[in-house]
Amino acid sequence: MSASAEATVLITHEVGLHARPSVKFTKLAKTFAAEVEIALAANGPWFDAKSIVKVMATKAPKGTVLHIRASGAGANDAVDALVELVRRDFDEGADHVRTA
Amino acid sequence: MSEPLRLQGISASAGYAEGPLFDLDRIAIAYACKENTADEKAALETAIDIATGRLAALIKIADGDAADILEFQIAMLGDDALSGPAFAAIASGHPADAAWRQALDVEIAGYETSDQEYFRARAADIRDIRDQVLRALTEDGDIQAPRGAILYGEDIAPTRFLETDWSGGGGIALKAGSAASHVAMLARSRGVPMVVGLGVLGLGNSPANLAGIALLDAEHGGIVLSPSKAEIDAFRQSSSSFFARRDRAGIFLARPAVTKTGTAVRVQVNIADPSDVDGIDIATCDGVGLMRTEFLFGKTLPDEETQYRAYRKVLEWAGDKPVTIRTVDAGGDKPVPGFTVEEGNPFLGLRGIRLSLARPEVFRVQIRALLRAAVHGSLKVMFPMIAVVEEYRQAAAMFAEEQAALATHGIPQKMPPLGIMVEVPSVAIVPEAFAEAAFFSIGSNDLTQYVMAAARDNALVAHLNSVRHPAVLRLVAAVTAFGLRAEIPVSLCGDAGGDPASIPSLLEAGLRDLSVAPAQLAMAKAAIADVSIQARPA
Repeated sequence: MSASAEATVLITHEVGLHARPSVKFTKLAKTFAAEVEIALAANGPWFDAKSIVKVMATKAPKGTVLHIRASGAGANDAVDALVELVRRDFDEGADHVRTA
Repeated sequence: MSEPLRLQGISASAGYAEGPLFDLDRIAIAYACKENTADEKAALETAIDIATGRLAALIKIADGDAADILEFQIAMLGDDALSGPAFAAIASGHPADAAWRQALDVEIAGYETSDQEYFRARAADIRDIRDQVLRALTEDGDIQAPRGAILYGEDIAPTRFLETDWSGGGGIALKAGSAASHVAMLARSRGVPMVVGLGVLGLGNSPANLAGIALLDAEHGGIVLSPSKAEIDAFRQSSSSFFARRDRAGIFLARPAVTKTGTAVRVQVNIADPSDVDGIDIATCDGVGLMRTEFLFGKTLPDEETQYRAYRKVLEWAGDKPVTIRTVDAGGDKPVPGFTVEEGNPFLGLRGIRLSLARPEVFRVQIRALLRAAVHGSLKVMFPMIAVVEEYRQAAAMFAEEQAALATHGIPQKMPPLGIMVEVPSVAIVPEAFAEAAFFSIGSNDLTQYVMAAARDNALVAHLNSVRHPAVLRLVAAVTAFGLRAEIPVSLCGDAGGDPASIPSLLEAGLRDLSVAPAQLAMAKAAIADVSIQARPA
């Protein structure tokens, strides 16, 4: 069974997609079987969202619109969960309860 | 047994350690190529695993930001995208160490060129990862430093410090390094003895020099290799007295310094670099008795703005407590390329104020920076190596001229009190000839070496180089007594001020104002509390 999903989300974290958020982001991405990718523009280039090397290399600052897409089993869940994580500012600061 | 070898550096964290030397730099050149690409590949995989394991172990003892960075590094190491290019290079015939280094250098360059400060700073984290794996690759088995070893090398990474087991003693001796480094701060907070700046030649790399026991005296900043029996005995005595004193000293740090008989003594700190103040609580001292400015003149002559910012930082840190800045004291044992001159006898040559007056275009830049910084706190300025009063007058006149020029341009400035270092015997013998100076600061290191004609960097005459020689103490007492009569404040800012063994003699000579290295603050106060003095000598 194959599926695909795509969404965008605004990075509001003060420093952007830096080390600590990238660790969280890739860890979460890896919990899904689907292939997950990110890009800074709708037409790519696309990078493996499970690779911290690739995610960090985007050096996405605050205010960047992050494009997230997934394909394969659980693609929808993967995109939803990652969008949520970015929206929650990577759970930095206040403690959050994971809802997904 | 080889001859004893002594090296002098700078204490970055006081203490004593006796143990074998462990060469930190040896591993960098020790990678042995494997027979085939499969073995090279396996070697790199193993090294990445070892490095990951070490970082994971460090997380357990780290917290906050340090733990976050470690977790980030572990995630990077676990990512095939990082090691992929290295494994590809190995497959095409490159040895594992070169393949890894090259792959990581590409990654590091990507961060270094970022236009965002945050991402540029990550380059250091990736370099650390690179070196961790290189170390694991090249060490071929277990080459953890033995417990109690003195880690010796060019410099040391914070991870290396954190993973070393210091419970069995040991210390750090660096050819380069800095007392302001992150590791130096860690070393001070953990009480690990550390000496930096032992010099580019260091101890040499001959096996004879690196084998055997070394004595690290991080109270005075020295190391001895292949010590004689007598040296070992003397070292152990200094060591045990140091630890006894340190145990008692902690409680004195936060208190004002007072002798046993109730006389208050001002204790200020000596600093060499503006960042030195970051690790000092201003509440524990009475100000800065000596801020050296040679550090600014390290490689190139610093511009006015650079100097202004450096002085202002320290003045703002000190608040309303005084900060005494010494104009550049280059020459002697502190050459500055493009500024000092080559001389046969530099300690008796063109150094200190003599050099500044000979190079007015350089000196005036410093004067302007000082005048501008003066509005940000309680600044005092002193001139080093004054020998005749004309030098003081000439320098003071230049201050007045520059002040007038700044005022004409509407630039905020303030004339600080101008004082002199008392370190040339001509001043110490006839202090009344310098009564127009706003204050005297006795530079006991130079005063001692000039009075005793014994170079302070020559171990062969070290026995002569003592501030406690009656000739030196008599001059100190005379200058102090004159200051009291003429109402000129007198302080002392040489190493003797922080030396517990010399403090009783200095107080006895009438001094009530000492300036010491930050690391010696607590011990100096403890030593003062042990002194009984009666009324001040008339």
